[in-house]
This record gives sequence, C-alpha cells and structure tokens, in this order.
Amino acid sequence: MNQTIEIIGAIVTLIGSLFLFLGALGLIRMPDVYNRIQAGTKATTLGTMLSLLGIGLIHLDWYGKIIVLIIFVLVSNPISSHVLAGAAHYIGIPLTRRTVIDKLSDKPMIRVQKENSNSETVLTDEKTGK
Amino acid sequence: MRIKNTIVGFFLLLATWFLLNGKYDIVTLGIGILISLFISLIFCNKCEIFSEMNFSPKAILYFIVYVFVFLTELVKSNFDVARRVLTPSLPINPGIVEVETKLKSKLGRMILANSITLTPGTLTVKIENDKLFIHWINVVNTDIENATKDIAAKFEKYLKVIYG
Repeated sequence: MNQTIEIIGAIVTLIGSLFLFLGALGLIRMPDVYNRIQAGTKATTLGTMLSLLGIGLIHLDWYGKIIVLIIFVLVSNPISSHVLAGAAHYIGIPLTRRTVIDKLSDKPMIRVQKENSNSETVLTDEKTGK
Repeated sequence: MRIKNTIVGFFLLLATWFLLNGKYDIVTLGIGILISLFISLIFCNKCEIFSEMNFSPKAILYFIVYVFVFLTELVKSNFDVARRVLTPSLPINPGIVEVETKLKSKLGRMILANSITLTPGTLTVKIENDKLFIHWINVVNTDIENATKDIAAKFEKYLKVIYG
C-alpha cells in the first residue's frame, strides 16, 4: 500500500517536471519577452504544483506545508510575472514583429487615425492614453 | 467592518499555523490562537482587504465552483502552451488588448488579474482603474467588448458574487 502511494507520487512529480521542461523550452523558443513570460508563468505554476504534490504523496506527514507552499506559489507566481511584464513594457522593450495590436503603447492614436477607423476606438484610446 | 477583517485574518493565520505545524495537540492550539489573535488585532485593523468579501452560502458555493473552473483553465492553459511550444512553426499571433472589468473591490480585481494570467494564452500587463491591458498570445478580437467576453467573462460572473 505504502509502496503504491510512493510510486503514484513519483509519477506525479515526473509529470510536473515534464511541464517545467516544456516551460524551459518555451523560454528558448518564444520570440519576445512577453511571450516568454507567458510560457514561463503557466508551465512553472502547474509544474511546481504537481512536483510539490508528488513530494507530498511520498512524504505524507509534510502535507500541510505542501498545501501552504502550493497556495503561495499560486498567488505569487502570476503577480511576479505581471510586474515583470508591466516593467518591460514601461521601459519600452519592443514586442515581436508578429504582433498584431498594442493598445497599451502611446502610438495607437496615430495608427487609428491613419487607418480611418470608427470614432469609438479613438474615444477609448483618448480616455486611457495619457 | 473592522471586526470582520480581524476575524477573517485570525482564522486565516490559524489555518496557516496548523498546516505548517502538522500537530493538533492542546499546546499547539493554545500557542496558535494566542499568536493569531495578537497579529490579527495589531495588523488587520488597518487593512481593508477582507471587508469586501461576501460570506453568504451562495458566495461560498460560487467560490468552490470558481476554484474548479480555475484549475481546469490552468491545466488547459498548460496543454495550450505545450502545443504551441512543440509545434515547429510556433503558431502565435500575439498582441496587447484592452479589457474592461465590472469588479469594484481591489482584492477581486487582483484575483481576476491572477486568473487571467493563468488561463490559456493571456497575461495581464497592466491594470488602470477598471481597464486591464492583456497580452494575448492568439488575438481573436481586438475591440473591447468581445475581448472582455472572451477573456474575463468566465471568471467575472463568479468573482462578482464573491467580492461584489
């Protein structure tokens, strides 16, 4: 019985590390910083959660600590990547050339006027753009 | 609503204490209650985080449903990232779009932004009042109404009941 739970825990940890590997691969393959953060955040969150869960299954008496750790990772991981992405955009790191739209930059006003779009888009950009 | 803040903070601290300790004897219980009460009385008076939360039965039910919706989205997003990373042509169509939220409370907005970051292909870059700027790895709709419907609506209907 104990052996079975340990094997299940090992398999769960293995799946978690697989997701972590995919996240690392995403960091290398993605073209710009924002897409890299995307790949990094999602894969590392689930990967870390599964790895910790597997360790919790192997050492059953650590379960409380594992739950606390999972909640902390779940709350803090998205916040850190949100701050990183915001800071990257603030200091003007360019988006990749495949980008279709950037509502956050200061330029959309000009682009909208050039494209002769409807007035509604211009209005929303005036409201948000400083 | 200060007393509500203190009570919620107290129980959160106590739960964390028990999870970290892993023991349930009388000494641990006493020390835990004492420390939690002390910290929550000092610090939870000034913060306003928990005063916006609802604790009606409906809100608790919605919270449980929300956790399951969130976990499904998290797993889905991981398979989405895996598919995109492993495809040789790298099928992305990225862009930053704008989303409007109806949530008023700060904690609700924070949880909405966190959920959006962990759902398939979206990343919250900036929050300005009720506007969220979201980096979307596969842009489908660029206008604000449809983007809101695609990205935020599935979480908003639960969070609106929980946080108001």
